[in-house]
Amino acid sequence: MSIEISQVEHVADLARLQLSREELERFSRQLSRILTSMEELNAVDTTGIPGTTSVVVGDANVLREDERQPSLSQVHALSNAPEAVDGLFQVPQIISDR
Amino acid sequence: MSLVKCTLKELQDRFTRGDVSAVEIARAYFLRISVVESKVKAYITLNDKETILSQARELDESLSAWRKTEPLMAMPIAIKDNICTEGLPTTCGSRILGGFTPPYSATVVNALQAQQCLLIGKTNLDEFGMGSSTEYSAFGPSRNPWKLSSVPGGSSGGSAAAVAADECVAALGTDTGGSIRQPAACCGVVGLKPTYGRVSRYGLIAFASSLDQIGPITKDVMDAALMLNVLAGHDPRDSTSADNPVPDFTRAFKKKDVKKLKIGVPLEFFAEGLDPEVYDAVGEALAVLEDLGGTIEEVSLPHTGVAVATYYIVATAEASSNLARYDGVKYGFRAKENSDLLEMYRSTRQEGFGPEVKRRIMLGTYALSSGYYDAYYAKAQAVRTLIRQNFDRAFQDVDLLVTPVMPTPAFQLGEKIEDPLQMYLSDLYTISASLAGIPAISLPCGLSRKKLPIGMQILGRPFEEDVVLRAARAYELATDWHKKRPLIR
Repeated sequence: MSIEISQVEHVADLARLQLSREELERFSRQLSRILTSMEELNAVDTTGIPGTTSVVVGDANVLREDERQPSLSQVHALSNAPEAVDGLFQVPQIISDR
Repeated sequence: MSLVKCTLKELQDRFTRGDVSAVEIARAYFLRISVVESKVKAYITLNDKETILSQARELDESLSAWRKTEPLMAMPIAIKDNICTEGLPTTCGSRILGGFTPPYSATVVNALQAQQCLLIGKTNLDEFGMGSSTEYSAFGPSRNPWKLSSVPGGSSGGSAAAVAADECVAALGTDTGGSIRQPAACCGVVGLKPTYGRVSRYGLIAFASSLDQIGPITKDVMDAALMLNVLAGHDPRDSTSADNPVPDFTRAFKKKDVKKLKIGVPLEFFAEGLDPEVYDAVGEALAVLEDLGGTIEEVSLPHTGVAVATYYIVATAEASSNLARYDGVKYGFRAKENSDLLEMYRSTRQEGFGPEVKRRIMLGTYALSSGYYDAYYAKAQAVRTLIRQNFDRAFQDVDLLVTPVMPTPAFQLGEKIEDPLQMYLSDLYTISASLAGIPAISLPCGLSRKKLPIGMQILGRPFEEDVVLRAARAYELATDWHKKRPLIR
């Protein structure tokens, strides 16, 4: 199993990580090695075995009545924002002026 | 006996009798912290001493001569720093949560505070719980109180070190693949991972949601039961929390033996790679359990060998999804100088996450990416089913399983930091119980020639923490490993 630098770049892009050149090379080496060791799973016969998504006993959707309940105030919700303005989270401009 | 040497039970009894005040307890612990914390580095954030002292003063004043107290009242407790505490910074050991102060507390923190415990501080961890040594904390590693050049284990290494160094009487840890049990073994204390769903995860900052559980790290098994009594229970705010009855777990200790219990020894856990000292110590522990009336028999968990690979696909896949929320918008760190939104996301995450978290996000993203999903993620989920079935099968024949916690005693700082695969293998014996969601306890059962603690693990059926605790307590009463304490120097 070998993970090329171009694949690492693609995955980093999906993960929204701006990796340095040095990291791209290191992850290419390390991920290749880790994924190679994980190939041992291929030796396990899982024909007809359903996957486990949850170990919760009585696995079923948990629902409640759709009633108003207390929640964080706007002030609290914004209290940790790196930047906030007029009661909103502020981010760099997305749509250009023109 | 010095106050800080007391177990939770002993300290509780002394406080309830009126032998000691809450202020005396608080002062004793802050004094202890001032002496050893610079060496152990168990905490990321210490609570304000004056705030705790005034809380203690109020407790003392509100108590009349006839003292009826909540079990954890005035007990100095530490919280792993991935559990939200309203008004007290919560970092997950990461730069990316720099400046974050939770606007609410986790359900478990509310449960502790409802009992008026003294919340001493927030303990160190590998970033987001990803690691086995605390070396991946953005705040630097904690030290093993038994030997300061060794790791305390991880990821709840700060909590285990704080309990072992008498810097709190008990602590909360979290366990995704062994992060309570492995550091408890490294530091010679008790760590209990409850059944998945037994304790609410509301307010625990997610790493791998199908695996994460909160549990206590304590000085002995009695204390683990006392803590679980407060932590366990259904929480409507966590849809995976179980609506099962919660017994008084200390009732399990009425029987001081393991008569009529069948104890399985999974052969795969005693194979190649196990340090002979650990092998011997766990073997002797099994002999003690046999003397206490248990029936020992060999069992097989045939898929043990692929548990690590299964875990590192499932856990990293879930982590890559959970950690997508750190984008520099809503809380925590944001990189400076961004020309547009996408660049802000990318540079914030690049600068905010440490190397192991990035590695796991990359691994998980890869395993979930188009074209690889079936080969990795779907495959690992199917193997996880087989691992669960191994346990179901074994628990038809036996009531408990006994294994080592770690292949070796605590390793040296720096020993595995450059080799992620070696680091992953240190979780070999703890990962299976996480994948199966079953309860497991780690307790001291020996000391190596280098005077480092050795731990044994007892695993039980889902929601049978009481059986696990009974056997652990019976062992503890028959031995004195849990009474050995490090000399910090």
